[in-house]
This record gives sequence, structure tokens and C-alpha cells, in this order.
Amino acid sequence: MTRIDGYGHALDRTRTSTVTVNGRRYTGHPGDTLASVLLAHDVGAIGTGVKYGRPRGITAAWTEDPTGLVQIEEPFPEPMLLASTVEITEGLVARGVNGQGRLAQVPDHARYDRRHTHCDVFVVGAGPAGLTAARRAARDGSSVVLVDDRPTPGGTLTGTERIDGKPALAFVDDVVAELAAHPDVTHLQRTTAFGHYDDGFVLALERRTDHLGSEAPAGRSRQRVHRIRAARIVLATGAIERPVVFEDNDRPGVMLASAARDLLHRHGVLAGRDVVVATTTDSAYAAALDLAAAGARVQVLDARAEVPPSWADRCAAAGVAVTAGTTVRGTVGEHRVHGVLVGDDRAEMPCDLLLVSGGWTPTSHLVSHVGGTLAYDEALGAFVPGEQLAGVDVVGAAKGTFGLAAALREAGGDDAPTAPEEPSTPSLVVWRTDGDPSRQFVDIARDATVADVARAVGAGMTHPEHVKRYTTIGTAHDQGKTSGMLAAGIIAELTGRPITALSPTTFRPPFTPVGFAALAGCQRGELFDPVRTTAIHDRHVRAGAEFEDVGQWRRPRYYPQPGEDMTAAVLRECVAVRTRVGIMDGSALGKIDVQGPDAAVLLDHLYTNLMSSLKVGRVRYGVMCGHDGMVVDDGTVLRLAEDRFLVTTTTGNAAHVLDSMEEWLQTEWPHLRIRLTSVTEHWSVFAVVGPRSRAVIARAFPGLNVSNAGFGFMTWQDTGLDGVDVRLARISFSGELAYEVNVASWYASALWDHLVAAGEPEGITRYGTETMHVLRAEKGFPIIGQDTDGTVSPHDLGIGWAVSTKKADFVGKRSFARAVNHDPMRKQLVSLLPTDATTKLPEGSQIVAWCDDGALPPPPVPMLGHVTSSYLSAELGRPFALALVTGGRERIGEVVGVPVGTALVPARIGGSVLVDPEGARRDG
Amino acid sequence: MQLILCPHCGPREETEFCYGGEAGVPYPDDPSVLDDEQWARFVFVRANPKGAFTERWSHAAGCRRWFTAVRDTRTHRFLDVESIGASQPPTTPRR
Ligand SMILES: [Zn+2]
Repeated sequence: MTRIDGYGHALDRTRTSTVTVNGRRYTGHPGDTLASVLLAHDVGAIGTGVKYGRPRGITAAWTEDPTGLVQIEEPFPEPMLLASTVEITEGLVARGVNGQGRLAQVPDHARYDRRHTHCDVFVVGAGPAGLTAARRAARDGSSVVLVDDRPTPGGTLTGTERIDGKPALAFVDDVVAELAAHPDVTHLQRTTAFGHYDDGFVLALERRTDHLGSEAPAGRSRQRVHRIRAARIVLATGAIERPVVFEDNDRPGVMLASAARDLLHRHGVLAGRDVVVATTTDSAYAAALDLAAAGARVQVLDARAEVPPSWADRCAAAGVAVTAGTTVRGTVGEHRVHGVLVGDDRAEMPCDLLLVSGGWTPTSHLVSHVGGTLAYDEALGAFVPGEQLAGVDVVGAAKGTFGLAAALREAGGDDAPTAPEEPSTPSLVVWRTDGDPSRQFVDIARDATVADVARAVGAGMTHPEHVKRYTTIGTAHDQGKTSGMLAAGIIAELTGRPITALSPTTFRPPFTPVGFAALAGCQRGELFDPVRTTAIHDRHVRAGAEFEDVGQWRRPRYYPQPGEDMTAAVLRECVAVRTRVGIMDGSALGKIDVQGPDAAVLLDHLYTNLMSSLKVGRVRYGVMCGHDGMVVDDGTVLRLAEDRFLVTTTTGNAAHVLDSMEEWLQTEWPHLRIRLTSVTEHWSVFAVVGPRSRAVIARAFPGLNVSNAGFGFMTWQDTGLDGVDVRLARISFSGELAYEVNVASWYASALWDHLVAAGEPEGITRYGTETMHVLRAEKGFPIIGQDTDGTVSPHDLGIGWAVSTKKADFVGKRSFARAVNHDPMRKQLVSLLPTDATTKLPEGSQIVAWCDDGALPPPPVPMLGHVTSSYLSAELGRPFALALVTGGRERIGEVVGVPVGTALVPARIGGSVLVDPEGARRDG
Repeated sequence: MQLILCPHCGPREETEFCYGGEAGVPYPDDPSVLDDEQWARFVFVRANPKGAFTERWSHAAGCRRWFTAVRDTRTHRFLDVESIGASQPPTTPRR
């Protein structure tokens, strides 16, 4: 047990919590992390590396740790968290990660949510610079949001510093209290700004409950994603200490100097009793002196030729031995360090903890996210933020301004706090020392060594982005926080190019890993993507419908009776419609109300056929093409008045059609007097279809003249039912006598019930989209998007009759005049009947020439087309298909081959209309 | 997530907008007088400059209005926006 009294400002020593790691129980205090508890119990290795299986321990005290990965088992499974960032709670169970983590196999029932915030100034980092910047903005009257990823504010302050003449942590408390008193300041700890985007947009993740354990209030979201838009952003993200690469530098017991100092002051943990500090810079001396004061035996190896005098004096006074001009070459030990190899003669120096400092790298991820450049600073041996980004200020260590006094000045302006100036001596930039490159780990998280970098360079890669992809350096959970700079330096050394000639790899969000659950927020399950249901969805559910998703719509697909599968149900529904009467909810159909004196002008231009000649009271089928002459949508057009049309579109295409109409109106012909309104939701539409539909409609609407003379095909009529307006149209998508009954959706349920009741004597049968598809395919009616793919013209579909030859122009007309459009070898829509009358050809199957031996020849086999729709037909008593076939209409009668599995199935090409080609049924 | 200035609504997030391609490519007065190559140019060929590009955008999830914008294709910065019809004369539809 190495807990030191008098240290540990983050701990509540009056309480204890017990956690289980790798099956052993450890007791700590609230304020501990898993890492501090383990180190307090002298635990070295906790897991193993990803590639070589070497032991892995804790290397750093916060998110930069490349090694201390744990798998959380309780209270909820989570893979690959850092022991250094997990705050302990009673009952926490974790396991060291051996190689890779494991995703939870149980659903996550925790709540995750999202908050949008706009502010004048957004400050990232509540260290001394960030607190000072936030205070300055708040005093200026700005609205401020301050976030910091640690549990408590203060950043890397240890409590030993003095600011404005008082202990640093008292200064922190004062600033926090002042900020809390401002009504326009939001200050969030445990909140990581993980992505920085254009125009002052930042995403931040707040962890709200995990640290509270069982005391977390019920109903509080576990994590919250803040979406913050700020007029100005201040990045006070600090800097990350980096190690030096040497042989066996991955062994547990090798740690960043700052981490040991942090663990001591924050958690009262002395990470080793016999400590060697290897440094190239001043800051490690503070760690050495603090650990010595806490009772450790400490020796310092300074790579620089001379020991800075002020540190030499202090070390001498504290009994800390210092050797100049010396570096570590390797470590010895099994599962943790027992000693280090020092200097050219690799003399063994015993120790149980090796602290390393190779200098500090500004944490410039959020600069890089938004496209900011980084520039190499020779003195720091690090990339620092380059040219200033509009609206973004970087202050303190994040900008390369090291030293407390200077950082406070930079962040604070006129009323900046003050701190004593510390003398500083230039650092020595050292990326690695001499040794076996295959045991010198550059990225310990990826088990990537100097030898791997050398291989990448030897293979011709010189840019860090290329080396990163070749070696995977910088792609682990830590995204190379400690290794990225080292990799750049070593690449420079190996290629002999100056590091200033290299640009570092681009940092991309997220700064630290973010769970998908947090990003999804409340948008899970039913809320993931809005489900659109029609006004009578409950009727379908009660009738036992099976549903299918069509775009965002959930439509009844078929209504199975007890014991029926889909095939049986659809065959039954098809028979019912073709022999008696069926009813279908067609409300999902897109509907656009086109109003205005120039309405016909627009429709004439957008549809291939003439709409201006349509008489009020009549309905016309219309086809829409793109400029390239290819079909984009079809539907019916009802002329409601001289200046008003109701246009229907395919279910999935309604928004697109409305958008393209708007585009024409606004960009090409803004002078047309037209208003467009989506009325898809306003009107419910029920299709009553089949030879007995006339009897059903007559019973449902007693006053209506339903005779063929009184209510002809492709006409509409308004009527009423119990004082409610109802519109009926004789439109058929099956070839049968059919009525589409429209009513305002408010009355949809009543009308549906009324129609079902009226149809009972005729045996009316509910049917779904699957039966609708079969019936339309039997008639050769294409479904745009299923039987077409954006390369199919109306002529290819056999609906050239819907293309006007009278109009001077319409969208797509000019393209029809191109020679390629008249090529008889274009793919055309035809039917396919498998000659065995039993095989249902899979949709999407390729079509090839038939070979007499019934086998698919070796490739290449020329493709003649593909199957677009395929069903079992009750009417035909066999399966059939629609297909796009090269020169299809010329080939009618030919047998082609369709590969199905390993067999080649023969199928005969026919005309696209298989049922009632004369159209005798449409009038009943 | 950048902000785009809608001339009607003010700055809004880019996800509210729809891209409409190069501006100033009017529908031809009479497509029937164009030869196949000229027509294909209208249908398929658009400029793709590096730098300032005049484009059409629609505030699709807002006011649903189209407008013209000048965008620097290197930086995605919008240099100017203007509502449609502010300067261009309407073309006459053919019947
Ligand atoms: Zn707008």
C-alpha cells in the first residue's frame, strides 16, 4: 500500500469504495480512478499488448495513456476504457484488456440525450489558462460556456503553485465561484469537447452519472452530447507530456513524469519507492522533488550536458542525485520494471519506477479538426498551432506557452492573475536513444516499433500520413496523443529530412472515444428514423397485417389468416381481388395540390403527356422524366378545376417530385402564378378493387350514380357521406374495375369501417402492397424504382403512348430525339415465364442466352438484362416475372436462360401484359 | 457543420440546405434547335472551378426557397448570396 498521508486533494478519505479488477478486490476512496487504486496497491501489469502479448500497465494519468486499458464488466459492460479515466464507484468490476476489448452483448437501457447551446465565448479547458479566459469573458458580459474533461477544474495544477499570492487550488475555487455567480456562464466538468467544426461549432460529451454509481438520480441521462455554437472559441487544452523511445519502453513501471506527480497530488499515491527520472527538460524536476518529498528514493538522469543550476541546488537539498548528459537505453524486469540500463555502457540501475519526460506537445487536436495548420517549433520539439483561425484563440500550453505566469498573462488580458516566474532552461529534443529498434515501441498501444517505422520508410513512405497507415501508429484508442510527435521525429531521423519539412498527421474527431449510444442520444429504436403510418394504422394492426417499410412509411404488406404464410395469404388476396372485391389502404401515395392560373403550363412541361387538355372531372396517367429522357416518376393527375390539379406520386418519391416542381417554379419560371402544397397526409385514399367493387360502392354511397355511363373510367366525382366530403376516382392499378375513395384523414377510420361493412355481403378482402404488386405486374404496370433504374425511358417501358407528340417541348423531349433512344437493342420491359412453370426467378437475376445443354458456359457470358419483378400468379397458376431485356420486344417468344443457384433456368419472353391484355375488365 | 447565410432566413446550419449545382445554366429557349452535342452539354456538362463558383442552393429544411451563392470550392466559404430573381430577367415558357 503506497497511499501517502497529506496528499490527495481529489479524495474523500472519509469514505471507501471497493472495486474488483482481474478478479481481485481493491479498496479506494471516492475521487480515485481505477488507475490510482491499482497503483495504490502496487499493481504493475493489468493486461497485455495487442500484437505481442507483452504485459501492459499504466503509463499516464489521463486520456493520453496508451496502455492502461480495461474492460468494464459491472455495472454495464464497456470495452477498452482507460483505467486512468474511470472514476471508481462501489461494486465496479473491471478486467485488463488482453489484446482487444469486447462489446456488450446486452441492450443498453441507460438514457442518452443532447442539448443545443449558443454562446458568445466557448472555452475548452478549465486549467489556469482556461479559467482565466472564462473569467475574463464573463467579466466582459459575454455569455460563456466552459467545459473541462476532468472531474474537477484546475488542469495540471498540483496545488503546490501560487497564483495571485494564494495557493493555486484556492485561486481555482475563487474563479469557479465567481463564474457560478454569473447568470450567463455555464461551467461543466467531466465534459470533453471531442469535435470542433466550422463556424464555431463544437460537440462535447458530458458524463453525468457513472461517477455517482448507485447514487445517480433516477431518470438522469447517463451521457449528454452538447452541440455548442459559439461566436468565439478559446482553446485552453494544455499540453501532453511525451516520452522518449528506448528499448523495452513498454514495460509496466515506465510512466510519464507528470503522471506520477499528478497521482501523488490528486490521489495521494506514490507510484514507486525507488524512482529513476529520465528527462530532457525542466518540468520533470518538479516531479522528482515532489516524489522525494513524499518519501521516494529518486535519481535524475538529464540528457542535457548541464543540469540547470536552480534545479541542481534544489535536488541537492532534497537528496536527489542528478546525472547530466545521460539517457536511458533500456529496462529490465518481468512484469514490471526492476531496473534501467543507463548510458553507452548500459549500466543497470535498479528501480521500481522509471519516469520519463521528453518534453511537452501542445494539445492541438481541436485546432486541427477544423482545418487549422500546425507548425514545428524547434525549441519545443513539437508542432504548435500555426496561423490563427477566424474566431478561435489558443492560449497557454496549447499554444506552446509553457510556464504558469506566461500562460496566465496570455489568457487574462488586463486583469490577468499573476504567478511567480520560474527560470527555464532550453530542452533537448530527443526522440529515441540507441538500442534494438524492434524492441523500441513508438506507439505502445499499437505495438508499433522503430523497426516498423524503418520498414515503412524503407518501402518508400516518407509522409507521416503514409507511415501512419502502414504502421497503424496513432490509430489506437488514444489516437497517438503521446506517440504522434515521436513518430514524426523518428521519420525525420530515418529519412534524413528536417522535421520542418514534414506536416503532422491530421487529427480528426473524436478527441477521445465516444460511444455510439451517446451519439444516437434519444434517436434509438422507434425514434431512430420516424415511422410514418396512415390514419387507419390501428385498423391494420387489428386485422393482423404484416407490414413492410416503404421509404419512411410502414404499409400493410399482407393480412395472413391463421396458418397462412405470405405466399398463401397473397395468393388468397389476389384471387379475392380478381374474382370478387378487395380493399387496400393507398394513403401513403404522394399527393401534391397544384393551384394557380398557370398550373397547366407547369404540368405540361414536367409531364411527358399533355395535361392542359385534361377536362375538369377527368384523370390522366402521367410520366415524368429527367432532362436525359429517363423516367423518374409516374402517377395520376386529377383536374379539380381550371386552375387546380391534384397530382399523385409514387410513395417513396413524393418529396423529390415536389422539390423538382419547386425548383422549376423558383429558378426557371418564377413568373408563373402557381402554389404547390404537399397534401399527402391530408387525404386518405382507399382502393376498392374487383369485379364486385361497383356493388360495394353503390351500397356505400347510395346517392351516387355508379354506372359505367354515369361514372366512367378515369373520371372523378365528389360525393358526401354523413355530411363529410368524399372524392371518388375510377383509377385502376390492377386492370380490374376499381374506385379510389378519398377523404380528409380526420374521417379516415370511419370511412374505412364504412367501406368494409358495405363490402361484407360481397366478401370484401383486405389486401396489402404485396398483392398490389402482383396484380400490377400481371398487367405489366411498372413500378418506378423497381422496374426502372434511371436508364429506362417511357418507350423502354412500353408506355410511349404517354409521351406527347403534340407538345413543342417538355422535360426530356429533346433527349428522345437522340439516335441512341431509337436503338432497337435498348433494354425493354417484357415478361418472363419460366418454362418449367414452377421456378420463381429471384429478382435481380441476370439473363443470358439459353444454352441447349442447360449449363451456364464459362465466363465471359454476355448479359442480356435482368429480372426486375417476380411473383407467383394465382390468375396464371404459375410464377412469372418482369424483366428488362436487350431488344426484348423483338425477342418475344424466345427462350433465354436465368442462372438460379448453379442451374440455368429456361424462361420464355412474352409481352409485358399477361392478364386481360384486351383490358376487358376495367369497366366491370 | 458550417453556417450558410440564407438570404431570407439568415445564417442556418448546412444540413438544412440542398445543393443545386452550377447557377446560370438556364433551360434552353428551344431545345429542338440544339444539336445532340449542344443538348448533351446542357444536360451533363457543368463547370468545376477551383475557387469562386456561382451555385444554386435551396433552403430545403427552412423556407424552401432557392437562392444563388458564390462559394470558394477550395475552402467551402460562401463569398456572397443573393435571392433568385433579384437580378435576372425571367425566361418565357414555350407552349
Ligand atoms: Zn431560408
